[in-house]
Amino acid sequence: MKIEFQGLMKRYDEKHVVLKPMDFLDDIHTLAIIGPSGGGKSTLLRILGGLLAPTTGRVAVGGDELPTDETALQKYRKNLGFVFQQGGLFRHLSAMENIALPLEQVHGYTKQEARTRAEELLERFGLHADRKKKPGALSGGQQQRVAIARAVAARPRLLLLDEPTSALDPEYTNEVLDVIHELKSEGMDFVIVTHEMGFARHACEKVAFLCEGSLLEYGDSASLFARPKTRQLAGFLSRLLEWNVSE
Amino acid sequence: MRLYRKLFYIQKDGKANWLGALLNFFLVMGMFVAIFWLSLGVICVRLDFGALGQFWLRIWTGFWVTIGISAASLVLSLFIGILSAAGCSCSLLFIRYFCSIYVKFIRGTPLIMQIYLFFYIVGTAWGVENRFAAGVIILSLFEGAYISEIIRGSLLSMEESQLEAARAVGFTPRQTLRYVVLPQLVTRTLPALTGQFASTIKDSSLLSMIAVIELTQTIREITAVNFQMFEGYLLLGLLYLCLTLPVSFVSKRLERRFQYEN
Repeated sequence: MKIEFQGLMKRYDEKHVVLKPMDFLDDIHTLAIIGPSGGGKSTLLRILGGLLAPTTGRVAVGGDELPTDETALQKYRKNLGFVFQQGGLFRHLSAMENIALPLEQVHGYTKQEARTRAEELLERFGLHADRKKKPGALSGGQQQRVAIARAVAARPRLLLLDEPTSALDPEYTNEVLDVIHELKSEGMDFVIVTHEMGFARHACEKVAFLCEGSLLEYGDSASLFARPKTRQLAGFLSRLLEWNVSE
Repeated sequence: MRLYRKLFYIQKDGKANWLGALLNFFLVMGMFVAIFWLSLGVICVRLDFGALGQFWLRIWTGFWVTIGISAASLVLSLFIGILSAAGCSCSLLFIRYFCSIYVKFIRGTPLIMQIYLFFYIVGTAWGVENRFAAGVIILSLFEGAYISEIIRGSLLSMEESQLEAARAVGFTPRQTLRYVVLPQLVTRTLPALTGQFASTIKDSSLLSMIAVIELTQTIREITAVNFQMFEGYLLLGLLYLCLTLPVSFVSKRLERRFQYEN
């Protein structure tokens, strides 16, 4: 999926610049956005997802320009799947309904088709027994798996994941990462904002390092982790590895 | 000692043992009755409810008028409350101030003053002569302000993440309202709204001040003739409880049910 930014910038007010002007152009399959907190990772992902308007600049995903008017944005968002850090599931709906309702209302499935598709995904992600539970009755890991199922249900052309495991207990992190990895093997393109360096390094082809609103490094994950070019990335990685069990 | 704990304390599961519940319920009720009985004895009054029997038809009618007023006000006040809650977050300043001043005025002044004000000044000036209709309108305006605040509170407590998720799945604003905001709002406000309905039933008693012949006014008229104040007002209390207790019960049930769901 070709992703393109030109002069993309986001600021909330004069003093508070979240993303400094940046350019980017590449055809990516799996991209991890890493970097310290407050560096603009989630902001960038939200702009890509059509959930937040950039202050200036143009963005295009797969050749489609990010529109500015709301009706066109709704259409743009339809073609993407978005997974939030937490609280992204509709609290009043069961796991099943969370997946089926957007299919029916947004993507024009019939009730039966939507149910069948939801059932199929729940079965695949090992959630069939919990299909009637509301998010409040599911574990954090289960909630995120339902959220991923909902995001991929309409077969979007790109999946965007905003720190999908950051709010989870460690034992649930892997079950969610496994699901994402499985989707990758089926050819699903995704962009993930993550603090899971192992996942970024081994499951994502490309990595972008965002620090204080600037895109400081971008490249193949293997070489980026092995040979950081900037002292910011070197420092960031060494801080993360400080308490690493394998070191 | 164990039996004692079982009968008089909340059990470990947070519930009461059924025998303990029954026993304590009757103990409390017994205490209330005893205090009341004793007080009656001290002021040398003997209650005689028999004399109220001849008025049963009027009381029964008054009882139904109270139900009618409350039900009509429930519908109208809900309508007013929803409009006002929406108006409070309207971008047009005039509407926003209008709704906010309405809510502040109604909640900040006593109902009895509003009844007099609306009925004798506004009502007389504009020819609202039907006391039942006037009563329903005044009571609805009063309850509407409280309902407006209940709804506005729930709207404010709506998490941003739910709205963002709605946009992310591609919902239009209308679909977001229909499939996300409204269902969550209903489950969140229903328990409080039911509780407010119990208040409406009680508050309707003040309409007796403008001679709407509802339950309270009926009892006032009867006791003005037969001077059996104590019996009359005790019966009045019991009849209001017959209406408000079931409503409160429903409210509690709804609250518990929706707590589980969230």
